[in-house]
Amino acid sequence: MGIEGIGARALRKEDKRFITGRGRYVDDIRLHGMTYAAFVRSPYAHAKVSAIDTAPALAMPGVVAVLTGKELVDDKIGNLICGWMIHSRDGSPMKMGAWPAMAPETVRFVGQAVAVVIAETRNQARDAAEAVVVTYEELPAVVDMREAVASGAPQLHPEAPGNVIFDWTLGDEAATEVAFNAAANIVSLDITNNRLAPNAIEPRAAIAEYDPAEEHFTLYTTSQNPHVARLVLSAFYNIAQEHKLRVIAPDVGGGFGSKIFIYPEEMVALWAAKKTGRPVKWTADRTESFLTDAHGRDHLTRAEMAFDKDNRITGLRVKTHANLGAYMSLFSSSVPTYLYATLLSGQYDIPNIFAEVISVYTNTAPVDAYRGAGRPEASYVVERLMETAARQLKVDPTELRRKNFITQFPHQTPVIMAYDIGDFNASLDAAMKAIDYAGFAARKAKAKSEGRLRGIGVSCYIEACGIAPSKAVGSLGAGVGLWESAEVRVNPVGTIEVLTGSHSHGQGHETAFAQVVAGRLGISIDQVQIVHGDTDKVQFGMGTYGSRSAAVGLSAIVKAMEKVEAKAKKIVAHQLEASENDIVIEEGQFKVAGTDKAIALPMVALAAYTAHNLPDGMEPGLKESAFYDPTNFTFPAGAYICEVEVDADTGKTSFVNFVAADDFGRLINPMIVEGQVHGGLAQGIGQALLEHAVYDENGQLLTASFMDYAMPRAEDLPSFNIQHTMTECPGNPLGVKGCGEAGAIGASAAVINAITDAIGNNDLAMPASPDRVWHAIHG
Amino acid sequence: MSTIRLTVNGKPVSVEVEDRTLLVHLLRDHLGLTGTHVGCDTSQCGACTVHIDGRAVKSCTVLVGQANGTSITTIEGIANGDELHPMQAAFRDNHGLQCGFCTPGMIMASIDIVRRHGAGLTEDILRQELEGNICRCTGYHNIVKSVLDAAGRMTAAQAAE
Ligand code: FES
Ligand code: FES
Repeated sequence: MGIEGIGARALRKEDKRFITGRGRYVDDIRLHGMTYAAFVRSPYAHAKVSAIDTAPALAMPGVVAVLTGKELVDDKIGNLICGWMIHSRDGSPMKMGAWPAMAPETVRFVGQAVAVVIAETRNQARDAAEAVVVTYEELPAVVDMREAVASGAPQLHPEAPGNVIFDWTLGDEAATEVAFNAAANIVSLDITNNRLAPNAIEPRAAIAEYDPAEEHFTLYTTSQNPHVARLVLSAFYNIAQEHKLRVIAPDVGGGFGSKIFIYPEEMVALWAAKKTGRPVKWTADRTESFLTDAHGRDHLTRAEMAFDKDNRITGLRVKTHANLGAYMSLFSSSVPTYLYATLLSGQYDIPNIFAEVISVYTNTAPVDAYRGAGRPEASYVVERLMETAARQLKVDPTELRRKNFITQFPHQTPVIMAYDIGDFNASLDAAMKAIDYAGFAARKAKAKSEGRLRGIGVSCYIEACGIAPSKAVGSLGAGVGLWESAEVRVNPVGTIEVLTGSHSHGQGHETAFAQVVAGRLGISIDQVQIVHGDTDKVQFGMGTYGSRSAAVGLSAIVKAMEKVEAKAKKIVAHQLEASENDIVIEEGQFKVAGTDKAIALPMVALAAYTAHNLPDGMEPGLKESAFYDPTNFTFPAGAYICEVEVDADTGKTSFVNFVAADDFGRLINPMIVEGQVHGGLAQGIGQALLEHAVYDENGQLLTASFMDYAMPRAEDLPSFNIQHTMTECPGNPLGVKGCGEAGAIGASAAVINAITDAIGNNDLAMPASPDRVWHAIHG
Repeated sequence: MSTIRLTVNGKPVSVEVEDRTLLVHLLRDHLGLTGTHVGCDTSQCGACTVHIDGRAVKSCTVLVGQANGTSITTIEGIANGDELHPMQAAFRDNHGLQCGFCTPGMIMASIDIVRRHGAGLTEDILRQELEGNICRCTGYHNIVKSVLDAAGRMTAAQAAE
């Protein structure tokens, strides 16, 4: 078998268990004596909880306990926190309202838990939850963020007068104003970034177990970052000290950001397991997922771009209202600020940028990171503006972009980011070639002659991944460092276990990470096992989100590998009486360069563990660990071009072609990378055409099932044309940038730019449903 | 409570369950066949798809009583020992899965799609037929590739028989 190292399209090691039904997701796990939790949730968007009568529920068959928010607060379980501090322009800290895991007094969104029933079976728990009698005193609710900040609006939290969490700015306001005053042309646009429900197909779930003798908890949870969960549960929520809490995230069925956060249900399950002395399992049903998983996006933006007489951009001014829902979720404050406004320069050389972001409480589910997290919002603003400008200035949209592309690197933008490398012309060239951009005018004319509306739309995105240099994010308000850890254990027989703080929930780490290790040693990927997702096995880690696992997690593995290899070379040099500098690693052998002397990896490992013949003073064993803290963000970028046809009679959009040309730096496993792009594109296109989490004015979620929320289905999407260009990332040892979010970041603008081109009306909001498109055509 | 007798993956099974039990919960909770998943409560996602007497059915929409006396095949029952079903192999070979949660349902639904359409299966028909199975990870691109690949393998195998 050949060596499947970096660049190989290795088939995934993890697939066998998934295709045979032997995956192990949280809901698949059953513990001895396990009980089931069902939550009693508020039907009101805003109400006082005046009384809870648990007696009828307690009398129901199989009920073990009924617990309320008041008991939880009495037991001093901490409030949920937001871990990223943002300061308003006046210097005041963000206004965080108290969020208990179950509401003792006031509910602020439909679906917020007020009590929980623990019973012997799932059905008994659900039946009894219906029998809990909660008396609510309804309060006026506010759902629309502009209404929320108007005077006289219902107030959500005493801590946040006027429902404003922060009013934050970035960039030079005065300089930007000067640029606008001197502009030859100004292009402006009102942009709605629609609210989305993340909808990993595996619903969130938790199983908590308590051992009273050891005073020790175990939590199985659907998490993208089990160590962060343990840290937050112990440091802030007062559940248990870290050494008394083991968090396991086994196979996890997709996350897309929504499984980063620590949610009330895990806290309650842990607390209830101790109170009842029984293991407690909770699994969300889909409606609970819609109501309580942190939603994504939900921005209203006024954006303006200034151009000089040569169509060079001289300034960008953005004012955004960001809806954070009823409570501040774990990283909610970072999304519309440092993950958004710092990317407003796009791929362009823009000398002056000023952004103001007002984030607002409303009586809706909390909003936090969803695939892309802030960067899709930025990219959508910039790329809709560029397309609009091209139409207004009557120039080709690709030419306008090229004229303004950054071409010299490193490039310092006026909004913090220092782009290290890129070649934006190369990705645009690749995309234009793949879609035959030059031939579009003829195709459009032909379609027109046949009575069909055809359009083309471009989107040149950039994102900041490899999250993130700890010192930098610390200075911007992050409560944690964003390094990653790794441990490489070479067993005495030469097989290898790699422990990583990254977490795979679909990304194929068990294969891609193994490729890097196997490639370095020249061994089969079957010799390498990736271990992740268990705080008892892996010491610490920051988890997987922000397309960080290759750039940060793998870099940590490479660092640990370098230490392992260095020690192994010393052993070999000692045994073969050679200089360690002459030892090279090839095909699983440690060879003395230029000779036929060699020791195979298993024998080196064995020597390390028998310790019969090691260099003087060397410790036995072959195991090394490393922490890797990135020096900069990475900057994946690319060009997406989409060609559509719109049926003028029905308003329905269909795809003719969709090309994605991405520069992710070096690719570890192109097959997996392409899969990541496909999935991201589906979510970006879903946002553009289909998806919308809609609340009515009373705060009822109208789209709380797959019958009402339009998830992209196979028929809604085309097959994609994926192209790669490459500038190697200088910031990490592998030259990788990250690929997990690009599709979701770049796709939406390409789709809307194409539809608006087809129909000749630039005024179109996402999702561009047939109804909306029809009205945009016919008025 | 009722006694339900059925055949699951070729083995006769008899279980005593509440009448309101859904087939998916019988499989997962009582028989330990956790490869069949639950992704929704409105019969939309297809993660729970199994075969009842050879046809793809969403097991979250079937009361156990309705399945009494039938023969059920789940994702655990389609491989022939160590030899994967061609649909399973095609999903692996074409990277037709990421998190794997929709995958058992996708595979079970797709086997039935190929059974019904045979060599006439096109990408368009397949995309329409997959309407009842939602995947959040793959954008369907590689699922479509997998099923068309498997369709080729399965019809070739049939022709060879
Ligand atoms: S669980 Fe059966 S269709 Fe979703
Ligand atoms: S592979 Fe994750 S939902 Fe389909």
